[in-house]
Amino acid sequence: MSVVSRGFRGRARDARHTLPPGQYETHGFPVLSAGPTPRVDLDEWEFTVTTETGDRYSWDWAQLMALPSRTPTVDLHCVTKWSKFDTVWEGVSLDVLLEDVETAADHALVRSYGDYTTNLPLEDLLDGQAWIAYRFDGEALDPEHGGPARLLVPHLYFWKSAKWVRGIHLLGEDEPGFWESVGYHNYGDPWREQRYQGD
Amino acid sequence: MARAAVPRRLGDRLSWKTARLTDRREESSAARTLGFEVPGWPGHLAGQHVDVRLTAEDGYSTQRSYSVASAPDGERVELTVQRVDDGEVSPYLTDELAVGDVVEVRGPVGGWFVWRPEQTEPVYLLAGGSGLVPLMAMIRVRRTVGSRAPFRLLYSVRSPEHQFFESELRLDSSGLDRTYLYSRSTPAGWPRPAGRFTAADLAAAGWPPDFEPTCYVCGSTGFVERAAGLLVAVGHHPNRIRTERFG
Repeated sequence: MSVVSRGFRGRARDARHTLPPGQYETHGFPVLSAGPTPRVDLDEWEFTVTTETGDRYSWDWAQLMALPSRTPTVDLHCVTKWSKFDTVWEGVSLDVLLEDVETAADHALVRSYGDYTTNLPLEDLLDGQAWIAYRFDGEALDPEHGGPARLLVPHLYFWKSAKWVRGIHLLGEDEPGFWESVGYHNYGDPWREQRYQGD
Repeated sequence: MARAAVPRRLGDRLSWKTARLTDRREESSAARTLGFEVPGWPGHLAGQHVDVRLTAEDGYSTQRSYSVASAPDGERVELTVQRVDDGEVSPYLTDELAVGDVVEVRGPVGGWFVWRPEQTEPVYLLAGGSGLVPLMAMIRVRRTVGSRAPFRLLYSVRSPEHQFFESELRLDSSGLDRTYLYSRSTPAGWPRPAGRFTAADLAAAGWPPDFEPTCYVCGSTGFVERAAGLLVAVGHHPNRIRTERFG
């Protein structure tokens, strides 16, 4: 039973979109990150998938650009409570990048330039659910929003969509990432309001 | 000695608790400090935040996160809230919530943007506007526990009317070095003209990189991007720069 705050009315209820519990809609694009924004030179950019046996699969920027891209329109849900609807991205599906990777792993640890990490089940990266995104709203992705390229995995809270992505380690055992090690939920489903450990 | 955050069952820490407003004071023209009594509050670390939930008569509810401004003090929690004019929640908290009214809170939350009393290295706090709030909690905890960790504060604010915690910082005798920068208008006779902070300001107010300070940067995205970028540019290692952004 929730407690009513006297005199609080709130905004007009939005009939167009269904918000996950505890979220509110924003039309801006807020930024959240734990440290300085890394500046990554495209000439040095590389994306690497490393398997549990140590095999490596790498793409440089030109190779990534040569892969078939998708333009998903997705809703974003940040654990800091904002949701943003109908955002348009361009990027390469992880289905394409992982297609020829040989692995028996169940877990993924995503690594970024600037040493950010986040973990998720490998199956959440597959089946049209995740992209390496490099354009937002038709423009090259800004560094403060994760450019040159970020992971986009919008069915989980947005901290899982690692900015400045540089690689994915496929692991037999789950390994918590940065926010997952300091109190945030290991999985982070916004529809089940899995914000923090114990939710 | 302040009560430190003691480990508690997560279920206790993350359950929604009723918070009753016990007092409020004006912090600036657009900000209020709200003192709540929260039965069962487990204590917190300086820099952590709480989730606040407001529920309307018709059952509609919404949540926001606010940094805790106060040092741990039993079941008392202070939040300093800046009014966002077109906001859904902050005008209610700053203008309508009266002593005796209730909201719900849960937390504390966040284990990264925190300062712990056992830290002994130099600390450089960089605050933009209302970003001072979690850094003020660090200043208050340092003072409460009698820490000798060297602290320096750079506080960038639009104008004197927007300044938070002015008298408390002015009267502080804990050895906190502080530098105020005004971006739009200054107090009369202020030596530095109003304007955006520069690399020179940042270097003059803080510690050199070879002192290896931990830097805490909090403010708007524009402030944090600029301040963190300048810190890296003058040689501070990115791993020692912690950021938190408002809005």
